[in-house]
Amino acid sequence: MAKEKSPALNVKTYASHHVITQPNPLRKVLRRVPERDLDDPVARAEKALAGLSGEFKAWMLAEADRLSAAHTGVLKNGFTDLNSEELFRAAHDIKGDAATFGFPSAAAVAESLCRVIEHAPDLGSVPSELIMHHINAVQAIVRDHTKLESTKVAAELSRRLRKVADDYLMQVNRNRPEHLEAIMAPSIVPGD
Amino acid sequence: MFRIDFNKLRFLVCDDNPHMRRILRTLLHSFGAREVYEAEDGATALEMYTHYVPDIVITDWAMPIFDGLELAQMIRQPESKGNPFAPIIMLTGHSEKRRVTVARDAGVTEFLAKPISAKGLYQRILNVVANPRPFIKTKTYFGPDRRRNTNVAYIGPERRVGGEAEILQQPSLLDKARSAI
Repeated sequence: MAKEKSPALNVKTYASHHVITQPNPLRKVLRRVPERDLDDPVARAEKALAGLSGEFKAWMLAEADRLSAAHTGVLKNGFTDLNSEELFRAAHDIKGDAATFGFPSAAAVAESLCRVIEHAPDLGSVPSELIMHHINAVQAIVRDHTKLESTKVAAELSRRLRKVADDYLMQVNRNRPEHLEAIMAPSIVPGD
Repeated sequence: MFRIDFNKLRFLVCDDNPHMRRILRTLLHSFGAREVYEAEDGATALEMYTHYVPDIVITDWAMPIFDGLELAQMIRQPESKGNPFAPIIMLTGHSEKRRVTVARDAGVTEFLAKPISAKGLYQRILNVVANPRPFIKTKTYFGPDRRRNTNVAYIGPERRVGGEAEILQQPSLLDKARSAI
């Protein structure tokens, strides 16, 4: 642990706010190394991640099955708060994880489904086929992933589903400008 | 060039997805970290935060019981028993501008969009270790300075006011909290 003793705070007080500065408590974990230092922690981590990749397919299957189970719950009991949340959470996890696991098209489909769940004014009125096609697409992409040609099909499938979903969202949100803005806004989160 | 001695850092990782926790643990250990504590929901994370006093928190947004946003808000309580200054890196699948703003206003230090990469995570950690920002306390906010760029020419309604600063030296809130226990 880096902090053995907490440094004193420097507080500048203004009319509307305080600015609080403390000597960097983590400074001692920084170490200067020569420019030609060969140790590359990022490369080491990427290698370790590659070592895990043998498990990714099984993980992805588990995530896809969780999504299908959540959808089954919706088909059975409708869009209750609990069912809607579980469907969103399962799709959201795939959106975040699938690209790391080597399934970028599944991530894109899941993102499209997340947008539908988040921005549809009434989930009960969303055409059931729209949601069903997203669920089926994720399953198909995950289970047919090994074939080379399926990668292209998966990319095209995710692109078309996103187009259909976006068209639907634009239509149903035409009188909800705050949702329209969110739907059309590009992602601004810094990646690497 | 600087490197981080990860073996001197203590991490708290909070994500309800076991696969993502495994990925994070693998990345942090391969960076050199030895102490990586894991929680699968916000409530457990808050308990572990108080108990283990981590140097850096890495949290997901969407989680059961209470989410990563609420976790950040609870950590950023200036009068709390724990350390309210620890860097919080929010690692999330959310990628809309509105979400980034909300996370920033909850006191999150860095935002990292999934899919995670070793490079992206390393850079966020390096940033919070090497370039900590001062904390700002207002009536409605306590957290790292949300203004990363200083623009003295700014005259808009959100310009900070106050003239000459009154400077006070105070013991750290963490020390005060510890002495109160």
